[in-house]
Amino acid sequence: MKDSLEMEQPILTDQPLSWWKKSLNIRTACLYLLPSFFLFAVFLFYPMAKTVYLSFFLTDQQGIANVFVGLENYQYLLQSESFRKSIKATILFVLYTVPTGVMIALALALLTNEKVKGIGIFRTMYASTMGVSVAASSVVWLFLFHPSIGFFNKIITAIGGESVSWLLDPSWALVSISVTTIWMNIGFSFLILLGGLQNIDEQLYESAKIDGASYLYKLRRITIPMLSPTLFFVLTVSLINAFQTFGQVDILTQGGPSESTNVIVYSIYREAFVNYQFGTASAQSVFLFLCILIVTIMQFKFGEKKVHYQ
Amino acid sequence: MKDVELTHLSKSYDMQTEVLSDISVSIHAGEFFVLVGPSGCGKSTMLRMIAGLEDITEGTLTIGQKKVNDLHPSKRDISMVFQNYALYPHLSVEENIVFGLSVKKVPKTQRKKRCHRVAKMLGLTDYLNRKPRQLSGGQRQRVALARAIVNESPICLMDEPLSNLDAKLRAQMRSEIKQIQRQLNITMIYVTHDQVEAMTMGDRIMILNEGKIQQVGPPIDVYNAPANEFVAKFIGSPPMNLAKATIYPDNQTLSVVGRIHLQLPPEDIQRMGTKEVTIGIRPEHLQLATSESQQPGSSKFEVKVSHVEVLGNETLLNFEFAEGNWQAKWNGQWRVNVGDIVPLSLHYSAICLFDTTTGNMIKQPTQNEQHLIQGVSI
Ligand SMILES: Nc1ncnc2c1ncn2[C@@H]1O[C@H](COP(=O)(O)OP(=O)(O)O)[C@@H](O)[C@H]1O
Ligand SMILES: [Mg+2]
Repeated sequence: MKDSLEMEQPILTDQPLSWWKKSLNIRTACLYLLPSFFLFAVFLFYPMAKTVYLSFFLTDQQGIANVFVGLENYQYLLQSESFRKSIKATILFVLYTVPTGVMIALALALLTNEKVKGIGIFRTMYASTMGVSVAASSVVWLFLFHPSIGFFNKIITAIGGESVSWLLDPSWALVSISVTTIWMNIGFSFLILLGGLQNIDEQLYESAKIDGASYLYKLRRITIPMLSPTLFFVLTVSLINAFQTFGQVDILTQGGPSESTNVIVYSIYREAFVNYQFGTASAQSVFLFLCILIVTIMQFKFGEKKVHYQ
Repeated sequence: MKDVELTHLSKSYDMQTEVLSDISVSIHAGEFFVLVGPSGCGKSTMLRMIAGLEDITEGTLTIGQKKVNDLHPSKRDISMVFQNYALYPHLSVEENIVFGLSVKKVPKTQRKKRCHRVAKMLGLTDYLNRKPRQLSGGQRQRVALARAIVNESPICLMDEPLSNLDAKLRAQMRSEIKQIQRQLNITMIYVTHDQVEAMTMGDRIMILNEGKIQQVGPPIDVYNAPANEFVAKFIGSPPMNLAKATIYPDNQTLSVVGRIHLQLPPEDIQRMGTKEVTIGIRPEHLQLATSESQQPGSSKFEVKVSHVEVLGNETLLNFEFAEGNWQAKWNGQWRVNVGDIVPLSLHYSAICLFDTTTGNMIKQPTQNEQHLIQGVSI
C-alpha cells in the first residue's frame, strides 16, 4: 500500500495534467448519460421533431409528407366541429376524473393509514388496480356496463329503476368512461399518497393529541400541509394521464356515441390510422402537447406556492 | 398542584413479555423527577403511559388523586417535549408555539401575548417568523421547550430532550431547563439515559433497568448508597469499581483475589451473613498509599498502570484488577507512566459490599466527602 503511493506521487505532481486527464470527469458523465440520451433521442426527440414537421404537410397514406401547407392544418382544426367536440370531451373528462380520483385515493389512503389489525389486506386491495392492465380492466367494465346482463343494470332494475344504456347513451358514455378511469387510476394515486402519509412523523400527531386537537383539525393543519408535495405530484401525474387516455375509450366506446367520448388522443389515433390524415393528426398532437405543457407550467407556478417542501 | 402516582403499573406490548413490571412510585408536585436507565429499559414507555399515549396494561395511574388510566391525553393537564422535538415543519416558530393554544381556542391577542412572553424567556424573540428548518439544533430544542411551557400545564414530560445536542449546549440547556422548572414551579418528569443529566438535574431520580425499578431517591443518596450492583455501575463517572470478594469469618477479614485484605468489624460479619460478596469502591476512594494512610481498617496493594488520562485538574489511572478494568481518580496532575507500579490504599469505610447472588447492597460506605459551608460571614 505504502509502496504504491510513493510510486504514484511523482507522476501526478511532476507532469502537467493533459487535456485527456482533465476531462476525465466530463467523459465519465457523458458515458453515464449516453444510454438514456440514446433512448430519449430514438423514442422522444426524433418522434417529436417529426410530428412537428408533419403538422405542416399534407401526407399520403403511408404518412410520407407530400405538400407543404404551412399552418393550414391548424386552421382546419380550429374550424373543425369534430375537433371542438373532442376538446370539450377531453376537458370534461379531465374534470370528471382528476379531482374525484385524487379525492377517493386520498380518502382510502387516510383510512388505511390507521393502525388496525389486518389493514395490510385493505392496502393491498386498494393498490391492486395498479397491477391490472388497461385492456383487462376495460373488458371487465364492458361486462359491468352491459345493457341487459350487466351488473349495474341488474341492480337498478332489481330496485325498480329503469336500465341505463351506459355506453350507448351520449349523455352517459363519458361518465361511464370516467368511472372506469377513476377506478383504474386509484391504485397508483392511493399507493403514492399512502407512502406520503406514512412519511409523516407519528410524533407530530401525538403532540397534537396532547394538545387536544380533533381529527379534522389534525387533518387540516398537519396532514394536508405535510402531504402537499405528494398531493401535488399525484395531481400532476393524474392530469397528464387524463389528457392522454386512450385504451379504455378504444375498448369501451371507440369514441362514440356521436363523438361524445372522442377524447383528443383517440381523435388523433382516428385521424392518423383510420382517416390517414397524418398532417392534421400531427397538428392535433402538437396542440395536445402545448396544452399539457401550459397546464403543467401553470400548475407548478400556482401550486408550488401552496406546497410545503421539507 | 397535583401529585402523579403510579401503583403497580405494568406494560406489555405483546401480552407475553413485560416491558415494565410492577412500577410503583409517587412523584410529588413541583418536583424535578428524573427517570434514568440504559436504552431499551422502558423509560419512554413509562413516560408515554403517563402522557396517555400508551395503554396501561395493569395497575393504576393517578394524577392529583384522580384515576386517569383511561383519560384522554389532552385532559391530563400535561405538556410533553419529544426527543426529536416533533416541531411542525410547515409552521413558523410562532405558529408552532401557539399550536396548542389555537386548539384550545385561546383568543388571538392572548395567544400572541403568551407566545411573546415565553419567547422572551427562551431567547426566541428574533426567530418567531422562521421555519424550524431554518433554526439550529439548540434553537429547535428551545422552540420545543417553549411549546411545552406556553400551555402552562402543571406537569411537563420530557423524553431525552437534550440527546440531539452537542455536549456544550447540553450543559447549558441542563441548567436552563432546571431554572425554568423552578421558576414556573412545574412538576417535571424527565427521561434520560445520561446519568450526568440525572445527577445534575433531578430532585429525585429513579433508576430503571429491564422494566424494573432499581432505586428511587435523591441523586446524592443514590450515589453514596447504591441499592445494588447495577445502580453502582450505572451512576457515577467513571463507574464504581467492582470485584468478587470472600469473607473469612475466622480471622474477620475480607479478601479480594488475595491482593486486598481488609479487617472487618465483627458486627458487620454477623449482619451480612454471607461469605461471597462483591466489593465496590468509587475511583476517588482509591488513593496513593502513603505512610499515614496505613491505619487500621485500610489495605495497601500495588497495581500496574495500563492507561493514564490527565483531565486538567484530575488524573484517571486505569489498571487491571481481578479480571476487570479498575479506575482510580486522583485530584491534581500526576505524572504516572503506563507500566508504572503504583501502591494504592483503600479504607473499609469507603467500600460498598453487595450480596453476590442477589446483587443487593449489604454495606454502604460511611466515608463520604461531604462539605458544608457553615457560618460564613463577609
Ligand atoms: N410500540 C412498541 N411495540 C412493541 N414493543 C415496543 C414498542 N415500543 C417499545 N417497545 C419495546 O419496549 C422496550 C422499552 O422501550 P422504550 O420504552 O422505548 O425504551 P427506552 O425509552 O428506555 O429506551 C424495548 O424493548 C422496545 O423494544
Ligand atoms: Mg426512549
